[in-house]
Amino acid sequence: MIAFKVNGVRVSIDAPGARRLLDVLREELGMTGTKEGCGEGECGACSVLIDGEVVNSCLVAVGQVEECALETVEGLARDGELTAIQQTFIDYGAAQCGICTPGMLMAAHALLQRNPTPSETDVRMAIGGNLCRCTGYTKIIEAILACRTRAS
Amino acid sequence: MPYPRFLKPRSLAEALGQLAMTSDCRPLAGGTDLLVTLHAGQSHPGALIDIWSLDELKGVREVDGAIEVGAAESYTHIIESPLVNRHAPALAEAARTIGAAQIQNRGTLGGNLGTASPAGDTLPVMLAADATILTSRRTIPASDFFVGYRTTALEPDELIVAIRFPRDGRRIRFRKVGTRQAQAISKVVMAVSLEPARVAIGSVAEVPLRALAAEAALADGDLERAVEAVGSDVRPIDDVRSTATYRRQVTQNVLRRLLSEGAS
Repeated sequence: MIAFKVNGVRVSIDAPGARRLLDVLREELGMTGTKEGCGEGECGACSVLIDGEVVNSCLVAVGQVEECALETVEGLARDGELTAIQQTFIDYGAAQCGICTPGMLMAAHALLQRNPTPSETDVRMAIGGNLCRCTGYTKIIEAILACRTRAS
Repeated sequence: MPYPRFLKPRSLAEALGQLAMTSDCRPLAGGTDLLVTLHAGQSHPGALIDIWSLDELKGVREVDGAIEVGAAESYTHIIESPLVNRHAPALAEAARTIGAAQIQNRGTLGGNLGTASPAGDTLPVMLAADATILTSRRTIPASDFFVGYRTTALEPDELIVAIRFPRDGRRIRFRKVGTRQAQAISKVVMAVSLEPARVAIGSVAEVPLRALAAEAALADGDLERAVEAVGSDVRPIDDVRSTATYRRQVTQNVLRRLLSEGAS
């Protein structure tokens, strides 16, 4: 059994340690908010946080997260209330087809946790590992910057 | 898909014991290369040994005249390390060119070495710095480490523990050329030092190499001959990312540019 925390809840999984964290989240825990894009660490759609650091869950073996604290997109909203970054994504039209959105949110969340007042360059760097083929990024960057304003 | 066995040692000593007793066992650190090939069915190890969390492989420290970087320390921590930025800034510069946050949070120097891709971006920096690789049983000069395409001097039961960068004040200039500036696999990646003369290049041969003819010319102070010579030091190929002709030309251009930066 492999035990870890997801969004504050302790889980224990009977899975091969070499299985991808991405697959365990989606198929064993039913947390399909985390998406699979490329499966090789290029697109960022599967981004989650491990102990506060953003990673591609397609590149992590589940045995590696034993006793770690994970955050996925499902953990952003609390008691039905969207967190600030989710609300600004809606307000600024930062999602189109939506497949990059969970990963974008998690990359932005990791940035804002570490740096509540990032510059536009900080934002561009922070989402550099997350590909979006719809929006051209402008609205996503605006949404993250708007979140900064609300926080400060 | 049959999964490899998964071993999770709690210490370096335990890891070495498991590695010695398990056949066909691959060390797994940040997984940024290995998980890709595993999932694609391109590698089929019998077992994985998770060394990512081993304390003995973490940290950046100062040790007798060198900066020592733990084999499983992440690029993010290398980029943020005051010691690296003060004494081995080219290493931080190279680390910044590798992927984005997701990759920098997991990628490691030990992984870059163990994978031994000719395009490994930190490898020319190690060569130009005369870095040494501390393993579980010996010290290997970086220039002896790469023995063939994705093949290293490591024995199957040997682990990379740390990488030492001599603190000798040498200035290393670094340049990576890819399809775009960020997050691209290198077409040419180069690290150059004038004193002593070192020209180390990746993505231009089956291994990251030192351009010895160019270094000899550089040691003579003949920069133009160094640029000429580097064209015959490299052995580039045509592949999906580039052509041999382009790589050879860019190698010469990049060397010329790095040398002129050194002169200014």
